[in-house]
Amino acid sequence: MQKEVTFAGFGGQGIMSIGQFVAYTGMEEGSEVVWLPSYGPEMRGGTAYCTVVVSDRPIGSPIIQNPQYAVVMNRPSFDKFEPTIKPGGLIVINSSLIDVKSRRTDIDQLGVPANEIAIKHGLPRSANIAMLGAFVGRSGIIKSNNLKKFIEKKFGSRREVLESNMKILEEGLGIAENSQ
Amino acid sequence: MAKKLMKGNEAIGEAAIQAGVRNYFCYPITPQSEVAEYLAKRMPEVGGMFLQGESELAVGNMIFGAAATGERVFTTSSSPGISLMQEAISYIAGAQLPAVFANIVRGGPGLGGILPAQSDYFQSVKGGGHGDYKMLVLAPSTVQEAVDLMMIAFDLADKYTNPVMIIGDGMIGQMMEPVEFKKPPPMALPPKKWAANGCKGRDPVIIRSLFLDPLRLEQNNRELFVKYRRMQAEEVRFERYNVEKGNKVLIVAYGTTARICKTVIADFKARGINVGLLRPISLYPFPMAAVAEAAEGVKAVLSVEMSMGQMVEDVERSVLGRAPVGFFGRVGGVVPTPEEITVEIEKLL
Repeated sequence: MQKEVTFAGFGGQGIMSIGQFVAYTGMEEGSEVVWLPSYGPEMRGGTAYCTVVVSDRPIGSPIIQNPQYAVVMNRPSFDKFEPTIKPGGLIVINSSLIDVKSRRTDIDQLGVPANEIAIKHGLPRSANIAMLGAFVGRSGIIKSNNLKKFIEKKFGSRREVLESNMKILEEGLGIAENSQ
Repeated sequence: MAKKLMKGNEAIGEAAIQAGVRNYFCYPITPQSEVAEYLAKRMPEVGGMFLQGESELAVGNMIFGAAATGERVFTTSSSPGISLMQEAISYIAGAQLPAVFANIVRGGPGLGGILPAQSDYFQSVKGGGHGDYKMLVLAPSTVQEAVDLMMIAFDLADKYTNPVMIIGDGMIGQMMEPVEFKKPPPMALPPKKWAANGCKGRDPVIIRSLFLDPLRLEQNNRELFVKYRRMQAEEVRFERYNVEKGNKVLIVAYGTTARICKTVIADFKARGINVGLLRPISLYPFPMAAVAEAAEGVKAVLSVEMSMGQMVEDVERSVLGRAPVGFFGRVGGVVPTPEEITVEIEKLL
């Protein structure tokens, strides 16, 4: 089974990082993984996106036109990637910055007030972590316990940052659970 | 050793360190600058030397000079930068010195673009500099393979006292995949009697590519071609993927394009249609016999490249009329999709 996800947003929202977190955790779980950034002539503050593939067999094409999942953190990313999602797929939308919902009836959608959650826990830059939690909770692409272990390792040297990020992650996971 | 998730460019840099390289010269250019960034930090940690030259022209000649001392030397660049190094590559080949170059290819000609391409095939394989010479050219299709080929590239350069080119594309450089750094089995390498590393207690050596006596220059050319024939006998590398009797179509593709074709082949297999892939890993020496054998009995051969049609010429001279040879390519940084390759194959069925 191969699972594909596009993470997209403004440069600086931490899109590339949460894509890497999924790839790292997938690798630790023994899956084949690829993380591919967009590296076109981008500018600061412009759109950034990356694709992550997690699979139980060697990964062929790393370029995915139609992923199962998309995690979008700003409106241009919603407009660009919402139509590309495979039927039966999922879009996770940063409802703090995106004031529309998907009109597609053939995909699942989950709104996450990611910026509000991050601000509430004192780490406004960690809105991406709320998105990550909600996405992983809903898609099951990796195990949430393994993701937590990774986050612990990643931020372990800074206790306060770790604790706040964990709260943000938990809240994201909770949104996925409560909206089932 | 546990697997690490690494960007292709960083993995290439680390592989050079693991292969014992302590001399890296570079000039930054997208999409390979992360190699330089990585080695700027890593080289001092292992007591090595990182030097950013004033241009690729200078870097090429720094490689030439450093290689003459018998040290392992390495540089990376991308297409326009590699063009600037062609003079030095020709001199290094003529002077019979080992050196490793990695080209993370981007679209051309000219400054072109910064996205992945395979349009430097001719430059690498047919000789981008002047004179009768060849490089050993190796093309990885995953980050792991980039590491594995890097680990043997320096041994191969020493074995043949010849430049080796690792040819990737922007995709190989930019994507992250799990990698493991495995030491390859040791290669029996000739002593570096030619090295200009101080002549105390022995006769001086002279390293040169200038031979004004035509017979002496002819002899140098003949020596080179003895090496190239040996490469053809010993260094042909390729992968056969789903190549079997009953293949309707044979794809020949390398690098990133080859892995996209693997996705296509899996989709055809699910539909009960058998398509094979012959993936050259060594572009020079080209796996001519393997391509010819795999082309036996197929309806058509398709060369898929990110170029306007370069490797297809080597495919044609390998297949030698056993089957019609077609070509599909995207250029300029456009990477072919599985869907459009599928359409091309369907035309041949």
